[in-house]
Amino acid sequence: MTDTRTPSKSATPSTGVSRRTLLKGSAAVAGAAVGSGAITGFPTIWAQNIKNVTLRQFGTGVSNLNAVADKVKEDLGFTLQMTALDSDAVTQRAVTQPKSYDIADIEYWIGKKVFPAGVMQPMDVKKIKNFDKIVPIFITGKLTPDSAIAQGTAPHTVGFVEGKDSTKFAKAPTEWMTLIPTIYNADTLGIRPDLVGRPISSWKDLLDPAFKGKASLLNIPSIGIMDAAMVCEAMGEIKYGDKGNMTKEEIDKTLKIMTDAKKAGQFRAFWKTFDESVNLMSSGEVIIQSMWSPAVAAVRAKGIQCVYQPLKEGYRAWGGGLGIAKHLSGLELDAAYEYINWYLSGWVGAYLNRQGYYSAVLDTAKQHMSPEEWAFWMEGQPAKADILSPEGKVMEKAGAVRDGGSFQERMGRVACWNAVMDEDRYMVRKWNEFIAA
Amino acid sequence: MTLTAETSRPSATAAAGRVRRVRLLPRVAPYLQAAPLTVTLLLFLLVPILTIVAVSFWDYDSVRIYPDFVLTNYTELLTSPVTWKTYLNTLKYAVLTWAITLGIGFTVAYFLAFHVRSTTWQMVLFLVCTIPFWTSNIIRMISWIPFLGRNGLLNSSLISAGIIDQPLEFLLFSDFSVVLAFVHLYALFMVVPIFNSMMRIDRALIEAARDGGASAAQTLWNVILPLTKPGIAIGSIFVVTLVMGDFITVRLMSGGQSASIGLMIANEISLLQYPAAAANAVVLLAVVLIMVVAMLRVVDIRKEL
Repeated sequence: MTDTRTPSKSATPSTGVSRRTLLKGSAAVAGAAVGSGAITGFPTIWAQNIKNVTLRQFGTGVSNLNAVADKVKEDLGFTLQMTALDSDAVTQRAVTQPKSYDIADIEYWIGKKVFPAGVMQPMDVKKIKNFDKIVPIFITGKLTPDSAIAQGTAPHTVGFVEGKDSTKFAKAPTEWMTLIPTIYNADTLGIRPDLVGRPISSWKDLLDPAFKGKASLLNIPSIGIMDAAMVCEAMGEIKYGDKGNMTKEEIDKTLKIMTDAKKAGQFRAFWKTFDESVNLMSSGEVIIQSMWSPAVAAVRAKGIQCVYQPLKEGYRAWGGGLGIAKHLSGLELDAAYEYINWYLSGWVGAYLNRQGYYSAVLDTAKQHMSPEEWAFWMEGQPAKADILSPEGKVMEKAGAVRDGGSFQERMGRVACWNAVMDEDRYMVRKWNEFIAA
Repeated sequence: MTLTAETSRPSATAAAGRVRRVRLLPRVAPYLQAAPLTVTLLLFLLVPILTIVAVSFWDYDSVRIYPDFVLTNYTELLTSPVTWKTYLNTLKYAVLTWAITLGIGFTVAYFLAFHVRSTTWQMVLFLVCTIPFWTSNIIRMISWIPFLGRNGLLNSSLISAGIIDQPLEFLLFSDFSVVLAFVHLYALFMVVPIFNSMMRIDRALIEAARDGGASAAQTLWNVILPLTKPGIAIGSIFVVTLVMGDFITVRLMSGGQSASIGLMIANEISLLQYPAAAANAVVLLAVVLIMVVAMLRVVDIRKEL
């Protein structure tokens, strides 16, 4: 504004200054235009106005990374605004305020709740460049052609809809994908090896009376019930038809066992957020509990021993993906596809793999990782050099081996996926009774 | 309405109209003065509450709510033993917190009002009481956790002093820690109104009691206590309503192991079960209103204000 006003005072000595500022300003604009266009590997849209596009993405904290937004601005030129919420709030907002976001970064079991509400649009797989390279768990449900399909809301069961305007999930892959997988992992129990005093090998160890008052469970009903089911099944108390879709009797029996354990004082606390689980573990209040992979890393970063213990019954897996809101169209929709293609093109994949998660397209991520990193994170080999986090902090010293081993060993041993059940409402009520008991 | 009638008439009667308008103003003025508050309350209190009541009769599934008139939300709520257990538990917290904050509040206020002679010192000490309020209540709550934990400050100093040899488990993630946090958070809400009531007591009454031969205890019981009742009632209303509606303190300090009604509602909201949450909120509102009315029945606060 000052630039346009000052030149009108024509013959005053201030013109020189104003001309210089004017030149400086235009040079910066030109530089920005060149810079933003030069690095993109995706010359699909060359329209200059894409720089004015702002995509609003919201989702759970795990993948709402500022580094990704910064890189999007650098590589693609448009702005990505991120909001991180907990999974309950994400579900709620996805359904009740569909206009408040453009891209939803949600877990598959949340997708099972959200998609039928008709607030999102499926994606045309023809426009997804690396579609063929996506890990087959998300397409057919099988990691290798002969592996078994895990229980629960397996991503491939809610990964496709029947048509462009359909909200009905398809039984087999179609051309219309609901969510493009971004990030997934296999969860298990975290332990303090220095305090448990014996090897831990089974989910049932969570309820071992030896750990009375030192165990914890996560208090997010739809995930907590799965951990509880893994425990009950390992104890040999219950044989489930499908842990991800229990009958009322199975829910009752599972929570009866948990309530008895709670009344006997087995649990020290129940946690709901990431930092709560880190604090419980690092303070020594709890020595065995359900945990998330980065929480284990956070405890270890404090110099406290913590192991993400592989268990013989297998893992409870979860996965998230990007979906597009129904209201998106035109240039913004193009930008969204651009963003999703970029997401699968390797940089983000490498970033996520370095955090201990897995990315959907492994080939492209591999190109962005060093051979040492790839061997440590994905092949389960001892680290040849110090392993750094994406921010450059040392996560693991040379010689360390990833808990649980390689990608194949971990993702190949998934017993069930995070799920939403048909008896969801009943389960939640019973879960609340368990917490209140 | 009278105004529109006036304007339609010719100017001959304008003088008469002016007289009437002048006479009208004093009658309308109080309503105009009350209007902003009325509108605010209607918009931000009555409408939301009516909405909650309406929604509490709606039906829902895991993602959406459906306008309807069903009583299932209330029957599920009132027939569940968990509801009753949770209400009892919340009431237990309310009663314990109330009794302890009353004891502390009364003592502190008594000290400030009758033992501290100079007004300056009274004000200084009163401000000292408010210092904890300079930080957020979440911070004040969370700072108890490292203090009370199994390897926390208190346990480690007790162990190193040789008083105990096993850490005291009940200190954290228990009813003890919940009530402790409540008392810490809400004691000031008791101190302020009681102190205010005590400052209004005419000192001559106390001198008269002493001249009449009353002991210190008798003065306290028969003179000071009855006159501070309004302050006690106001403080009690604050503390009880705050504890009844709380959810974060109970969740953090009990380690998610205890339930309160607020927590129950928060859980239901987070699972999109709005109608169930609304029904729960309506019942809670009724219970709290009954408690407040009961307190006002015992003490007439308006008489003293």
